[in-house]
Amino acid sequence: MNSVGILIPIALFLGLSGLGAFFWAVRSGQYDDMDGAALRILNDEDPED
Amino acid sequence: MTAPARPAAAQPLATSTFVVEGMRCAACIARLEHGLAALPGVAAARVNFTNRRVRVDHLDEIGEDRLIDAIDGLGFTAHAFAGETADGGRSESRRLVLAMAVAGFAMMNVMLLSVSIWSGANGATRQLFHWLSALIALPTVAYSGRVFFASAWSALRRGRTNMDVPISIGVLLTLAMSLYETVLGGAHAYFDGVVMLLFFLLGGRFLDSVMRDRARGGVDALLRRLPAEATVVGRDGAHQRRAIAELAPGMRLLVAAGERIAADGIVEDGESAVDRSLVTGESAPETVVSGAEVLAGTVNLSAPLVVKVTRAGEATAIADIARLMESAGQSKSRYMRIADRASRLYAPAVHTLAALTLAGWLIAGAGWHVALTNAVAVLIITCPCALGLAVPVAQVVASGALLRAGVLVKDGSALERLAKADRVLLDKTGTITLGRPVVTGGLPDAPDERAILHALARASRHPSAMAVAAALAGEPGAPVGDIVEEAGLGVRGTAGGVEARLGRPGWAGPASDNASIVLRIGDAAPRAIRVADQPREDAAAAIARLGAEGLTPEILSGDAPAVVKALAARLGIPGRARLTPQDKYAIVRAAEESGRRVLMVGDGINDGPALKAAWVSMAPASASDVGQMAADLVFVGTRLMPVPVAVAAARRTMRVVAQNFALAIGYNVLAVPLAVAGFVTPLIAALAMSGSSLVVVANAMRLRSAAR
Repeated sequence: MNSVGILIPIALFLGLSGLGAFFWAVRSGQYDDMDGAALRILNDEDPED
Repeated sequence: MTAPARPAAAQPLATSTFVVEGMRCAACIARLEHGLAALPGVAAARVNFTNRRVRVDHLDEIGEDRLIDAIDGLGFTAHAFAGETADGGRSESRRLVLAMAVAGFAMMNVMLLSVSIWSGANGATRQLFHWLSALIALPTVAYSGRVFFASAWSALRRGRTNMDVPISIGVLLTLAMSLYETVLGGAHAYFDGVVMLLFFLLGGRFLDSVMRDRARGGVDALLRRLPAEATVVGRDGAHQRRAIAELAPGMRLLVAAGERIAADGIVEDGESAVDRSLVTGESAPETVVSGAEVLAGTVNLSAPLVVKVTRAGEATAIADIARLMESAGQSKSRYMRIADRASRLYAPAVHTLAALTLAGWLIAGAGWHVALTNAVAVLIITCPCALGLAVPVAQVVASGALLRAGVLVKDGSALERLAKADRVLLDKTGTITLGRPVVTGGLPDAPDERAILHALARASRHPSAMAVAAALAGEPGAPVGDIVEEAGLGVRGTAGGVEARLGRPGWAGPASDNASIVLRIGDAAPRAIRVADQPREDAAAAIARLGAEGLTPEILSGDAPAVVKALAARLGIPGRARLTPQDKYAIVRAAEESGRRVLMVGDGINDGPALKAAWVSMAPASASDVGQMAADLVFVGTRLMPVPVAVAAARRTMRVVAQNFALAIGYNVLAVPLAVAGFVTPLIAALAMSGSSLVVVANAMRLRSAAR
């Protein structure tokens, strides 16, 4: 019972931080061009813009 | 990067979006973005590879035409994309994906707790886990469920019902029921079922919003093609800029070369060539002399004209087309999507079933608690998860496959309608043909002659000259001095001490055959270069395949009968010539009224009303803005094959949708008796729900290879 009392809050916290990261990623437009993102990694240039 | 080329931040920037063909790799993205950004006056360029589009922020004075030329220079083909005005559609999808993420998070966490309950946790542990689940599920339903509650509420307020009403009732009742159980320390709480329901439904809703049509302000775009102002020549000969709303019949307009004509009228003075493609869709410029009629929206190509206005504003031919398109669009919006038809039957059935279950258990002598629990179980188990996913998943997978094959599906119901089309009407210029002249023969062989020809052809924007320049692209051009373009005649210059001319037969030299343009260098014999608009390379094969799919093809063209007849004979299909936009519209309407479902394929504004009126329509990406917006599907490239491919893919999609419906209904037929009889536990509900949804998704995945 004790271990559950620790593990459940940890699990919820980890899940929530993942959810928060996803919210941030969607809001900053990172999912707008999925195919392009896969290709841009091949361009070796300075990410100035 | 060079600093002076950057526009200052204070200057207003315009944003243009282009559909780009030929983008295939990472290097293409870099080449396009850097090439455009290096242009003076361009602030930024961003490629969206998924949609094959590039968004350019640029100074107002740089026209879209120049950007298209620049993209051409980088080795791609671009078309202005006018479909998406605001990001309205995207923010809707974004809202849904966030709601889905919250539901997904809650689903996983509640499921984690539920698994321990199913595997035997009881007493205080079960109680704790139920409370924890409630803690997660309540805010989730409040956040993710809003989508359904809002839509259900607005339907109920207007005295109607939709798919969201049973969903909302089911979700809220189940939640209330589970809370009640939790407070009393009961064994069964359905928090996992509630959030899972929301997750799958939002998944379907999200995919659907991806498919939802984007802003379709086609008519506005048509009228935007008119210039905002025109130069009016006063009685005293003074020139004055006036807004087009102030134009009236009888006024005289001065139209500079390259300017768009602002009103319908008659040429009073001047001789020029007019590009009428906006209204008639025909690519070859028409020579106009004094007394000729010109239409608003057409472009004066080579020399200034004085035009006496006969009709202005709302009375112009182009405004007429706009009105026709508006009324044609209204008839189309009455089409009811298959998912909506299914939900119209579904919602009352589910409510009746749940009510009957409640009544049945009460009559059988069970208490309110048991009766209500079983009724809620019926609502949960009949959750239209699989039904809600059945159509959008199939359509999204199929349109993804079509996009890879070069067909953009603009409207969610387009595939449904396309699958049922049984007649295809095709425009000629720009649809069956490429819509731009191509050199078919007569080019000189001698390198020096070719070099001079190239230099002359490059100097002109006339479509025939551009065709010659395109045919010689990559070859060197000779130094030609004193190049002068003579309006309506051609280009001349001096090369190696002799005069060289390229232009109309009779001006450059006598024509030996029906040449389109003539090249003469010095006293050498004039050379006729044949230029013609050519059918797309696979036109015959594509039309044959359409026929094999059971669609009767016919050509509808505004062009001359002889040209249409020749092409129709070559393709072995009937054709009609010299049709006005109103004629095309009437033909489409007549066919529809006789019970046929017409697929209209066209590109010009003259096809706009017909595209709108047709059961379903397609346009090439090279089409005018209005053509693209009026059409349900847009195809890129120089081939016509995407048209039959899209038809075949649409039919396969509808077969998969039918299978999905069968699967979803079959699942209900099995599960509902269990629920009515009171055998459903939270575990069974969860398994049944996710199982049926996954089967439907897996079945739709088979469409990934649909576009062949």
